Amino acid sequence: MKPALRVLAPGLMTTLQDLGRRGYQHLGIPVSGALDAVGLCAANALAGNAPGTGALEVAYHGPTLAVEADSVRIAFAGGAGAVEILSGDGARRGTRVPPGQSVRLSRGEVLRVGALTGSAVAYLAVEGGFDAPPVLGSQSTYARAGLGGFQGRRLRANDLLPLKLAQAAAREESMLPALDLAPPRRVRVVLGPQDDAFTDQGKRTLLEGNFTVAAASDRMGMRLEGPTLEHSNGYNIVSDGIAPGSIQVPGSGLPIILLADRQTTGGYPKIATVISADLPALGRLAPGARLAFEAVSIPEAEAAHRRQAARLAALPNQVVAVRGATAIDAAALLGSNLVSGVVSAHDQTYDPHCEPSSN
Amino acid sequence: MIRFLPCGDTALTVELGDKVDRRVSDLVLALAGRVRAASIAGIAELVPTFRSLLIHYDPMTLCQAELKERLVPLLSGLTAARSAGRLWRIPVCYHASLAPDLAEVAVRTGLTPERVVAFHSSVTYHVYMVGFLPGYPYLGDLPSELALPRRDTPRTAVPAGSVAIATSLTAVYALESPGGWHLVGRTPVLLWDPRRDPPAILAAGDQVRFQPIALGDHEVVAARSSAGELRLEPEERLAQADAPE
Repeated sequence: MKPALRVLAPGLMTTLQDLGRRGYQHLGIPVSGALDAVGLCAANALAGNAPGTGALEVAYHGPTLAVEADSVRIAFAGGAGAVEILSGDGARRGTRVPPGQSVRLSRGEVLRVGALTGSAVAYLAVEGGFDAPPVLGSQSTYARAGLGGFQGRRLRANDLLPLKLAQAAAREESMLPALDLAPPRRVRVVLGPQDDAFTDQGKRTLLEGNFTVAAASDRMGMRLEGPTLEHSNGYNIVSDGIAPGSIQVPGSGLPIILLADRQTTGGYPKIATVISADLPALGRLAPGARLAFEAVSIPEAEAAHRRQAARLAALPNQVVAVRGATAIDAAALLGSNLVSGVVSAHDQTYDPHCEPSSN
Repeated sequence: MIRFLPCGDTALTVELGDKVDRRVSDLVLALAGRVRAASIAGIAELVPTFRSLLIHYDPMTLCQAELKERLVPLLSGLTAARSAGRLWRIPVCYHASLAPDLAEVAVRTGLTPERVVAFHSSVTYHVYMVGFLPGYPYLGDLPSELALPRRDTPRTAVPAGSVAIATSLTAVYALESPGGWHLVGRTPVLLWDPRRDPPAILAAGDQVRFQPIALGDHEVVAARSSAGELRLEPEERLAQADAPE
């Protein structure tokens, strides 16, 4: 039988994601991919994979998976949450697996990823990757169009997730002791493309106000609650293109930051764009988390991008071997990567029909 | 007036106008052609829209200041040349059972349903852009006799293949989605098929004519399209995917 993980419980919104589907935005096809590329790359580094290998993106509450392979090495990173081995031969039953560490599971063992704390998303990578056919060059799931991933959708109970490897390589387990998952003090933005569609007061409110991530956020857009941003001359524009991290402001005046599954074009003015280096941390923010913005120049944003790229490239070198005794029992390690924030289990989707000049 | 509008550190909008206008669209497409031909290292994707060209780029290869410098000569002397897009003939069934808003459109425009259909299928449309949803083409310009604002209450689910009108535009819902346009017909061919690469058949700059077909033909073609036996080819009628030698 083909090596696989069987989904006993799917979790709230678990999808296969890699670094996204590039080259099709002119046909209206979103890039998709991991909300938190740092978490994805970290999980892959721990699993011994190339950084952009497809992994399970777990949102809010994770899945329960049974191993139907001789063995499989998994790694969980990006957010903190209780990962436990539920069954199998006695000794390891009930053992907790710390985040930021790989573990080898054997046939019959069951892994449960519980509620995430301090992060909206985390990544579960398997050594060798999942055997899901790339669609248009990517394994990323874009559920709205049924594209990629496992049958184009989130996991469901009883799904079989085929694995590329029938058994885990014989080696020591890995850990990433120094993964920095702290939220930025302020989320950095470059003003534009339509900052001129807002009053001076509107722009000041963006940069001086305090916002909260709203429950109605999803992979397409993070909706914010807080002070409203004042348009200078209405809020319908003739549609133009949308960049990752674009902050669009519809008639309500409440900003929406467009994330991985963002539509490729849209008809609301976009006051600013979150810089690429801050998008992964933004992707980890769960409903209830607070955030504030600061404006930076394009050269500053580009320098931050280079630093971020260097950090990601260095991840595989920061992986260290776990010595036997500390392999799994270190409950103390749990929570070592906690960031502040509140998690709530909402599962609403962003409705695109409120796009004014779109449909 | 041409404006560079920064979209963070990985994208730049080149804005060539501010309205839905064929001349602006032709400028956008001409610029896209020039940028493509210039093969500038670091440019990842070009997204033409009604009024601007969005350039996605890799800041590890190209910084925004450099990108702007490279674009300046490409913008000089830019003319609104008609692009040599492909011509597609798309069959549409305007039968009342597939056109829930046709009667209302007729009343509101003071025309008979037959006249609405005649107007809608009388012109060659330009694909301004593809966006909002995968494979969703914005086509124009609609004959002015058919211009209506969007519906007051959008539908939560519009069936895939629905042919719709609003303002000066017409579109085809390539996949089921919410939507606020008036539904005047349905095409049995797939404008979006993830089994193919590229999965969307229409691209900005293409031309489209709608050909009215009867309900019986619609059902036959729809069944064969979803079975993967038929696919639309440009400047041709339906071609058989597995035609015998």
